Amino acid sequence: MALLQTVTAAPPQPPPVRRSRRRRDPGRWIVLAFLGILAVGILLPLAVVVFNALKPAQEYANSSPIALPHHLDLTNLREFWTRVDYGRKLWNSVLISGSVAVIAVLLSLFNAYALGIGKVRGRLALLVAFIGANILPQEVLVYPLYYLAKKLDLYDTRLSVIIIFSVIQTAFGTYLLAAVFAQFPRELLEAARLDGAGTWRTLWRVVVPISRPTLAVLMVFFFVWTWNEFFIPLIFLLSNDNQTVSVALGVLQGQRLMDATMSSASAVLGMIPTIVFFLIFQRTLSRGITMGAIK
Amino acid sequence: MTQVRTASGRRGPGYWLYLVPGAALFVAVILVPFAMNIGISLTDWDGVGRPQWTGFGQYRELFGDGLFWSSFRHSLVLVLAMAVIPTILGLILAYALFDVIGKRFGPRTASVLRAAFYLPQVLPVAVAGIVWSWLLTDDGAVNAVLRKVGLASLAHDWLGEEKWALATVAGVLVWIQLGFPLVVFMSGLQRVDPALYEAAEIDGAGWWGRLWHVTIPQIRPEIAVVLLWTTIAALKVFPPIYVLTKGGPGDATNVPSYFSFQNFFDKTDVGYGAAIATVLTLLILALAAVFLRLQGRQQEEV
Repeated sequence: MALLQTVTAAPPQPPPVRRSRRRRDPGRWIVLAFLGILAVGILLPLAVVVFNALKPAQEYANSSPIALPHHLDLTNLREFWTRVDYGRKLWNSVLISGSVAVIAVLLSLFNAYALGIGKVRGRLALLVAFIGANILPQEVLVYPLYYLAKKLDLYDTRLSVIIIFSVIQTAFGTYLLAAVFAQFPRELLEAARLDGAGTWRTLWRVVVPISRPTLAVLMVFFFVWTWNEFFIPLIFLLSNDNQTVSVALGVLQGQRLMDATMSSASAVLGMIPTIVFFLIFQRTLSRGITMGAIK
Repeated sequence: MTQVRTASGRRGPGYWLYLVPGAALFVAVILVPFAMNIGISLTDWDGVGRPQWTGFGQYRELFGDGLFWSSFRHSLVLVLAMAVIPTILGLILAYALFDVIGKRFGPRTASVLRAAFYLPQVLPVAVAGIVWSWLLTDDGAVNAVLRKVGLASLAHDWLGEEKWALATVAGVLVWIQLGFPLVVFMSGLQRVDPALYEAAEIDGAGWWGRLWHVTIPQIRPEIAVVLLWTTIAALKVFPPIYVLTKGGPGDATNVPSYFSFQNFFDKTDVGYGAAIATVLTLLILALAAVFLRLQGRQQEEV
């Protein structure tokens, strides 16, 4: 594409093109160098923390935090892992985020099917309600939810967080999917109807297979968003056994009880899952973010 | 069964049924608590006993509370850090990545750089908070670097001194936030017609000229959405404050969401906390409504 552009631009007006290219040629290296330095600068804080987490405790005590480690050593990480029962926190995060991703995609699918394809009456008002729910600060819901959860014996359970985030994520998912479904090819729905398929069969045999990529992006998104959620899990997951990774790290940090090596170890263990998701989902994520922005 | 029902009327009640689970949960988790919060804000309540009806008493107290106003002033600084600065930098960086790096060094180089800028955005905020708290303590890495290069006089307890804490938090938020506008703008640039750039180039527009006269007008919808979204996020911000400063030192970095949290759970002044949350919500909804109104009008003009 870029090539095509220079080719088409070149013949009619050679002088300005040549001039601009000559001017840009050394410039592009400067731009590359500048952006490269900036990118390193953005990643550097993370790298410094990783180095320090890998230093043996004694070396850490005797050297400056910006010195590179002489020996690599996993003791800090292992110690932090057992001290906070990190495996348990990971499992809680996976369980909560995974359940929310599946439930919220299903609920969004049903809602959007009724709103986008079924075009039920009053859909505009319903969509506005869903958008509104999406931008509400969670502070305005948290105390009543906390009170209700206590009454219902759901306080300090992972189930309470799963229910709350399934609904919050569904508010976004409904809005997005309803817009996608409004463009759904009518001929396909018509054909399914002529074949005698009811709404339930049409949903599973026609709508779901065709929108599978969008549903997958949504599911990835709900998973990562829920993984990173902090405020409501902080309040609802009181006991150590129920806490997610985010909450456990945030609470430990907030209590200022960790020494420097332990903090850096906790940050590294908190980064690892995200970096794994990031590598797996890089494309999906950036596509998804953009998708979110279209709203 | 289903076949009979659809045959009789395919736009009938059939589709309504699909809304039942979603709507029921929505009412239970969003609408009822939202209404309860407004109710609570009209009372004096410690969360345990019987709420005492006070009408608008909490709101009257709120508007006379200096802490409430200073928390909103801090919010304005965070709007700068989370919305304005990342949008401006994101535009320049996105255009540089798209126009210079993407075209001259290939899309792979551009996407590696983009990933680097974007990584802080996907980290859990708790992790980002730990990283920066660790770097910014008195004997942390940032001060170690400053001392090493002979700028020891610039070393501070960045998050612990009242004078510096808010600016430091703002800086960390720029670091976290930058990737979001960048990614959105880069994808927006994909749909700009290359002929517009050619025309601008032929007209003698330089790099900044093309950014200003072509890129910005063309991706205005993305810019508008990013600004709205990040401004709302800045007004709601909680986790970085909790992890970095807990609103302190003093109340130097307190923001409305943290202020309401303190009233709910530390001071158990639940009615007051509910009033703060309600005001914050109204502000955010008003902002979104004004914005959508403006956007609608703009689309009509075009």
